[in-house]
Amino acid sequence: MLSIDPERGDLAREFRARPFGPHSAELQKVLNVMRWEGNEGKHVIVNTVPHKEWRIARLPARRGVALDFCHRAPFTDLAEAFWHIFKLRWKQHTGRWPPED
Amino acid sequence: MRRLLGYADRIGVEPGQTIDFKVSSEDRGTFHLEIVHIRCGDDSPDGPGLKQERLGADVDGDYPARYRWTQTGSFVAIDAPEAFALPSFTLQAAIWSTLPAREGQTVMGSWDAGRQSGYALVLRQGQAALQLGDGKEVAVLASGAAMHERHWYIVTASFDAVSGRAAILQQPLRRYAGQRDRSAAEAVFHLRPGPGGRFLIAAHNDSSPEPARPRAAGHYNGKIDAAAVARRALAPAAMEPLLQPAIPAHLADDVVARWDFSRDMAGTTAYDIGPGAHHGVIVNLPTRAMKGWNHDHSEMAWPHKPQHYGAIHFHDDDLYDCAWQSDASWRVPQGTKSGAYAACLTQGEQWFYIPFWVRPPTGRPTARLALLIATCSYYAYVNNHMSFDWGTLGEHSSNTFTLWDMEDVHLHMHPEHGLSMYDLHSDGSGVAYASRLRPFMHMGPRDHLWQYNADTHLTDWLEEKGIAFDTITDDDLHAEGVELLQHYDCVMTTTHPEYYTTAMMHALLAYQNQGGRFVYSGGNGFYWRVALHPELPGAMEMRRAEDGMRSWIAEGGEYYMSFNGELGGLWRRNGLAPEAICGVGFAAQGFNFATFYRRTPASEDARAAWMFEGIARHEKIGDFGSVFGGAAGSEIDSTDAEAGTPPHALIVAEATDFGADFHWVNEEFHHTHSAVNGENCPHVRCDMVFYETPAGGAVFSTGSIAFAGSLAYNGYDNNVSRLLENVLRRFLDPAPFPPPPG
Repeated sequence: MLSIDPERGDLAREFRARPFGPHSAELQKVLNVMRWEGNEGKHVIVNTVPHKEWRIARLPARRGVALDFCHRAPFTDLAEAFWHIFKLRWKQHTGRWPPED
Repeated sequence: MRRLLGYADRIGVEPGQTIDFKVSSEDRGTFHLEIVHIRCGDDSPDGPGLKQERLGADVDGDYPARYRWTQTGSFVAIDAPEAFALPSFTLQAAIWSTLPAREGQTVMGSWDAGRQSGYALVLRQGQAALQLGDGKEVAVLASGAAMHERHWYIVTASFDAVSGRAAILQQPLRRYAGQRDRSAAEAVFHLRPGPGGRFLIAAHNDSSPEPARPRAAGHYNGKIDAAAVARRALAPAAMEPLLQPAIPAHLADDVVARWDFSRDMAGTTAYDIGPGAHHGVIVNLPTRAMKGWNHDHSEMAWPHKPQHYGAIHFHDDDLYDCAWQSDASWRVPQGTKSGAYAACLTQGEQWFYIPFWVRPPTGRPTARLALLIATCSYYAYVNNHMSFDWGTLGEHSSNTFTLWDMEDVHLHMHPEHGLSMYDLHSDGSGVAYASRLRPFMHMGPRDHLWQYNADTHLTDWLEEKGIAFDTITDDDLHAEGVELLQHYDCVMTTTHPEYYTTAMMHALLAYQNQGGRFVYSGGNGFYWRVALHPELPGAMEMRRAEDGMRSWIAEGGEYYMSFNGELGGLWRRNGLAPEAICGVGFAAQGFNFATFYRRTPASEDARAAWMFEGIARHEKIGDFGSVFGGAAGSEIDSTDAEAGTPPHALIVAEATDFGADFHWVNEEFHHTHSAVNGENCPHVRCDMVFYETPAGGAVFSTGSIAFAGSLAYNGYDNNVSRLLENVLRRFLDPAPFPPPPG
């Protein structure tokens, strides 16, 4: 199984520039690795105000248990929320934050 | 989260008929209801905007807000308490528990948790157990060994009122070396079971919330087969003959009931073959036609050997009918225009839509075009928990990070409003039944651009273009067949008509063969075979059988539907592929971007060139739109001659630039490999198709769910709009389409 190369900041920059795709084959490999995560504790985006506001939350293990909303300020741009999730997962897999620029 | 919810007793209604609205609110005071005509429900920043018009209906007004409780979870109720008020008894059943370790599950008995009285066969700490209560004390005798999940056990529990002796035996049908799951226990109790309530299978009574109307609680998850009750304490060996669906003469005086769930597979009656005929009512659509304890792999189709399908699979989250009281009724006035409507509920900050469609009076169309609303496909998706239940599949399949909205949050916290056919029950088994008798979430105005709300792009566009249309539903088509369609010169689908019954498929074919013009304005249509219940309104069944893009996979031997005995699964695997209905079939999907079509050389053929009037030969068609930014995307279709695309069909336009984000559908490849995405697989494409049908008719297919999302772009002045308008104007022209050159 491929692991994410923390030196590939170029792929993080590609995601930030085009979070909704289409993605290059190299970036797709990174995303595929990030997406093998089970529900419990997974960071997700919740559209709390339709078309206007998105928040980050962590999923519980099972149905009927409340989501754990993160305390950070809500996003007003879905692309920024996607980028935030990407960073969280990048850090989870590599131990480092991806480059911001 | 939703605090105001409602549903209607019907999905389609015609002038002169009455529709009832049932509403539940968690807030006190009143809610307001008004009937609105829905032209467009897409209120997204890139969409045409919410367009709804108040009718000023006589039902509009304020109503008292009440919270309505919902009985969720399936069970069998035998309402004959006297017959089951047994001082001594034996209970026996074959059980296949899917959640043996979950506490509080009752297999069967008279137990009333409210009064702590009665008797029941229950699960305790993963073991089969006998539970007795007299209203003061409770005694439990467990077998002494935990059961394996999803394994059959014969469980026999008895109690003798004279001696106080209780006994239980748990016998596995499959034995493993070193496993000690066969277990027996005995005890002498001083208490005697007190009065219980109704005899329930897969649940117990709970009279505590409403003593006069006990609810069902303690729902069991898993299969039950060959449930039997005797009026004496009998040894397991004496009870063993009752595993067969017949009452031996020597047990005739002892048997109180022996239910045979293999009878009347579609019905809601649990037949007691014992002398008392204590038939039960099957509540909330547990899964029928399930392999029983005696299934020996000799027959995989239950209609051929129903005696091997005597099990019912019960779930604590099954739901057919919320059964709320009606709060308001509207008699649809004569002359009401056919179209999309909703009861718009508001209370403070809360709002909720109850969608329905007004169809024309039976036999009296009010337009020459019918828009066929894909209500069966709506039922399949309503209240889906895909954002959670799909786990890793969700992100891999959509190629995006998990994105919830507040409806997802509500559904996650309120599973009592039922699941969708894309979900798993709490025990991990797939959901095979859907119902419309409950609030619809993810299926109304101001929601995702999926199914209902995406379909309002079509109603909006038709209104804008001044093209008169009637709305008819899948339910109408299933009930009335081709006779319903014969009234129309042209029938157009909505964006994702995925779920079809046999009657619906045959009606479309018959319509086409009679010269009807058919526009398939969507993607991934005519894919899953489903059954509508012959008696229960709004109940639909499907089995995610051997192949297809499945959210769950049916157990081998459980592919045949209980409602009608038909093989479930893909229409492609049932010998009638979508290509035979509309020329194209599901090819690929991707949910993060969409692209455009290009005309093909075939588009210059005089047979089809008319539809491109005003569209240049090399113009990009639909490189815009509110569904992922293009007209070709989401779920897309392609032609396949072997599957049924007519030999004379013209591919008039195609989209091919889908990249790695789109994936080929798995039913089309025979071996796993990595060349299955739009970068490396030529089958990941979207074909737009035209062909003539016998008797002067024709078919036009867009093969893309995203197509309708482009119609409103640039004030409806764009090449997608132009193309569809050209097609519809010609399809509504009675001049026959000449047959293609031989």
